[in-house]
Amino acid sequence: MSAVILLTAISIAQLLIAIAMAIASVRMFRGPRAQDRIIGLDTLYINAMLMLVTFGIGTGSTIYFDAALVIGMLGFVATVALAKFLMRGEVIE
Amino acid sequence: MIQPVSDLPLWAAIVVAVFLILGSALTLIGAIGFLRLPTFYERLHAPTLGTSWGVGGIMLASMIYFSVASSRPALHEILIGLFVTVTTPITFMLLARAALHRDRAENNGNVPEKHQHDLKDVEVVQGNPDEK
Amino acid sequence: MLPYPILAFCLLLMWLLLNGFSWGHLVLGTLVAIFASWALASLRPDKPKLRKWWLVPKLFAVVFVDILRSNMAVAALILKGKRRPHTSGFLLLPLEIRDSTALALMAIILTSTPGSAWLEYDSRDGTVLLHVLDLIDEEQWIATIKHRYEALLLEIFA
Repeated sequence: MSAVILLTAISIAQLLIAIAMAIASVRMFRGPRAQDRIIGLDTLYINAMLMLVTFGIGTGSTIYFDAALVIGMLGFVATVALAKFLMRGEVIE
Repeated sequence: MIQPVSDLPLWAAIVVAVFLILGSALTLIGAIGFLRLPTFYERLHAPTLGTSWGVGGIMLASMIYFSVASSRPALHEILIGLFVTVTTPITFMLLARAALHRDRAENNGNVPEKHQHDLKDVEVVQGNPDEK
Repeated sequence: MLPYPILAFCLLLMWLLLNGFSWGHLVLGTLVAIFASWALASLRPDKPKLRKWWLVPKLFAVVFVDILRSNMAVAALILKGKRRPHTSGFLLLPLEIRDSTALALMAIILTSTPGSAWLEYDSRDGTVLLHVLDLIDEEQWIATIKHRYEALLLEIFA
């Protein structure tokens, strides 16, 4: 009984997160400006991290936790670098 | 794919399921808002749904699941939650400053100007993109 | 020997959470924590002055409840979609706190409650430009932020 509840909940959660990832990538491709694309990327990697944690619950293995931590750290550094590039790299003035 | 532990007590399974669905539903609502809101500064609010209770709900579910399944406290998911909570303001602040900088440089007109030192205590600029 | 005891303790805790508790990891984690806090001491950051640390759990509780409430409010706003009037706007908030740790905590609080976003801080006149999703009464927003969070932060980092 509890296994049925858990499996159903995990499948629903994975479906919802997958839709959220699809929406984030739509915003990433549509733009309209560079900052929207960067926030889209940021949302995409946070959702990927959540997806990995739900995989971890589904399989009962803790190895996914480490992958999620690595995605979180690399994604943070990437977003900061991109934001810094927007701020300084583009000469508009 | 390994099947999840089936001897989990019923209450734990229900609690884990509720937190999982709450977290992923809030993440999805945040993404929908991210797609539908009209201006960049409004869109900035939507992903924080995913980074506050989206992450929080799923981490709580994972913590409860692994603590009950291995019958000893498994608290390391709290590190991801803390990490996301601390880093989100940094990324959003940097992105918002970059966006403000670009909008000011291009005179987009719907962002408040910088360094007005004759300000009153409180000034509100209605951010309506349709006005100009 | 320990220039930053709280930081060293948090590092040890993190080490034990990541590796699981065993006596060997306790020793290794203590060594890592001590060397890491020496490394930080050579950078000479400002040491935060935590006066009333017993108020920190109260701040966390207030923020936790507010995050939950504003999550629900913003989710309702998004689901209502285009039928709602356009009420978002910028808000210039004057702050009294100057301590950098308190400002960092304030930024975390305001960003992680959905519905308000910290855009930029001007250290010369101590004002913050916020963007608020549901800006109906700006005076009330400022009063809420000042009363709920800033007063507590001012007390903690006196």
